[in-house]
Amino acid sequence: MKVIVCVKQVPDTSGKVAVKPDGTLDRASMATIINPDDKNAIEAALALKDETGCKTIVVTMGPPPAEGMLREIMAMGVDEAVLVSGREFGGSDTFATSQILAAAINKIGIEDDDIVLCGRQAIDGDTAQVGPQIAEKLGLPQITYAADIKVEGREVTVKRMLEDGYMTIKTQTPCLITAIKELNTPRYMSVGGIFDCYNKPMSVFDFNTLKDDPLIELDTIGLKGSPTNIFASFTPPQKGQGEMLEGADQKTVDVLVDKLLAKHII
Amino acid sequence: MAEFKNSGENMKDFKGVWVFCEQRQGELQSTVLELVSEGRKLADDLGVELAGLLLGDNVEGLAKEIGAYGADKVILCDDPSLKDYTTDAYADVICDVVMEKKPEIVLIGATNIGRDLGPRCAARLHTGLTADCTHLDVETTKYVDFLKANSTLDVDQMVAAGRIKMEDRNLKMTRPAFGGHLMATIICPRFRPQMSTVRPGVLKKGEYDEAKAAAVVVEKYAVKTGELKTQVVEIVKEAKQLVDLIGADVVVSVGRGISKDVEKGIALAEELAEVLGGVVGGSRVAIDSGWLTADHQVGQTGKTVHPTLYIALGISGAIQHKAGMQDSGTIVAVNKSESAPIFDVADYGICGDMFKVVPMMIETIKAAKAAK
Repeated sequence: MKVIVCVKQVPDTSGKVAVKPDGTLDRASMATIINPDDKNAIEAALALKDETGCKTIVVTMGPPPAEGMLREIMAMGVDEAVLVSGREFGGSDTFATSQILAAAINKIGIEDDDIVLCGRQAIDGDTAQVGPQIAEKLGLPQITYAADIKVEGREVTVKRMLEDGYMTIKTQTPCLITAIKELNTPRYMSVGGIFDCYNKPMSVFDFNTLKDDPLIELDTIGLKGSPTNIFASFTPPQKGQGEMLEGADQKTVDVLVDKLLAKHII
Repeated sequence: MAEFKNSGENMKDFKGVWVFCEQRQGELQSTVLELVSEGRKLADDLGVELAGLLLGDNVEGLAKEIGAYGADKVILCDDPSLKDYTTDAYADVICDVVMEKKPEIVLIGATNIGRDLGPRCAARLHTGLTADCTHLDVETTKYVDFLKANSTLDVDQMVAAGRIKMEDRNLKMTRPAFGGHLMATIICPRFRPQMSTVRPGVLKKGEYDEAKAAAVVVEKYAVKTGELKTQVVEIVKEAKQLVDLIGADVVVSVGRGISKDVEKGIALAEELAEVLGGVVGGSRVAIDSGWLTADHQVGQTGKTVHPTLYIALGISGAIQHKAGMQDSGTIVAVNKSESAPIFDVADYGICGDMFKVVPMMIETIKAAKAAK
């Protein structure tokens, strides 16, 4: 058994976000982090490793500096890393990205008792599409929004969250599961892990490694091949400045309530 | 299945707008009616039919409601295997119908189920999918008006330079990205259908029309599902009453500002909400810190609300939060920091300690209501 975890390095959108004059994100000036939901997927993989002794492999698609993130994840305890990186892959939408990642997973090889884990969604795009699209391309059953995962032999039982409750779903390995933050609390890197992470194997899959994989269609990868394109991007307008009321005492509150009453809001 | 061709010359075989009509336990999700109302406009702009795609077991009775909001017909896939949602069965049936009948646009509500189903189907149908859209246009004149009202782009220059072509009839799907810091309009020009998941609570539901309800045509589709690899063991509806943020007239939200006394902060918000007949919401901080459950979250990763009155207490106003509330009728903000960005969108701001201001608000509003 092995567990393959797909992760993404993302700009930290919780902090200050820099936007260039042309309306695109100034990624260079922003800190990068491991996508939060992906950390829950990593933790789920490591928990399965603790329980069963299975091998864990982390896969990411990104520019070469993403190697640092992969070392960090190996310092958390993941055994091996694969960096999928190539100019030809740049600008891929979710359809193209999932095709490339599926091909990378195909190359690693999926066996009957394997599990693929992803985070539910990345904070830069918030699409939640890549996990299910990888599953479709690999022909694996998918379970998204996992808040609990139990594996017994080949039988996998997942608590899948809905807005108004949850479903319990059973499937068999091999399968793909996407993690949400309710699933677990991600562990930190360990001191021993930081020492070990530079001795753990890391492979780089570039365009040449993957171009002949049957899952790759050369005309639907990268910026040009992606089925979806950005037609325009812009920053949302700010609503016009309202009124700051003077003070913060009973008089201020009276003024506020009078205004709300006058406008028939209350 | 004959080979499915959906690009190049074959694109013109695709006609009609479809809405996936998600039902749970035989009840339509409220976002379906928003999508049908919006789909009606798109279908009218294109001069094509609007169809609801309804899957379930014994759900024919829902067709009227779908018709009432504007669908010309309902494609009904009724089968015991479709009673509860499973990715495999639903994706099999939807992809089969789409491949056979070839719609040009498919809209899906971005619920936890829609966001599971949409990408699975789009990947199989070999087409693009745009997630969590908040605005849709096919008619370019309408899109240009939308951009003029909602962006600082020099739209006339874009039109003059040919970057926006007025005859363009692709579906222009606009969505927030990067936690709401940017808006992006996405197109899928080379493949059909054009698929979009749409954020619940953003598009407006139209009026129920009795005549249209009676006129809707039900077209039954014979269901064939393949081998199912997943099975639903149980479905549990959480007993706790989930807060109905989207439907609320008044929302009182709390953020980081209540951290010095969380219990009291929430109690004050609840009391203020009660006096105003509203509900309590929270910022991402309030949810991530465990002060409120996830169903209370307002913002890009939570819910989009547009109540008549939105009161933000101790919320700094990160763009992520503003994305979910800035279209509210009237916004009142109370925050200790004069420079809090929430004041940029507030109609009325009070710079002060919410623990002192809110009790006064509660009493004053109570008195004002009693005097009425």
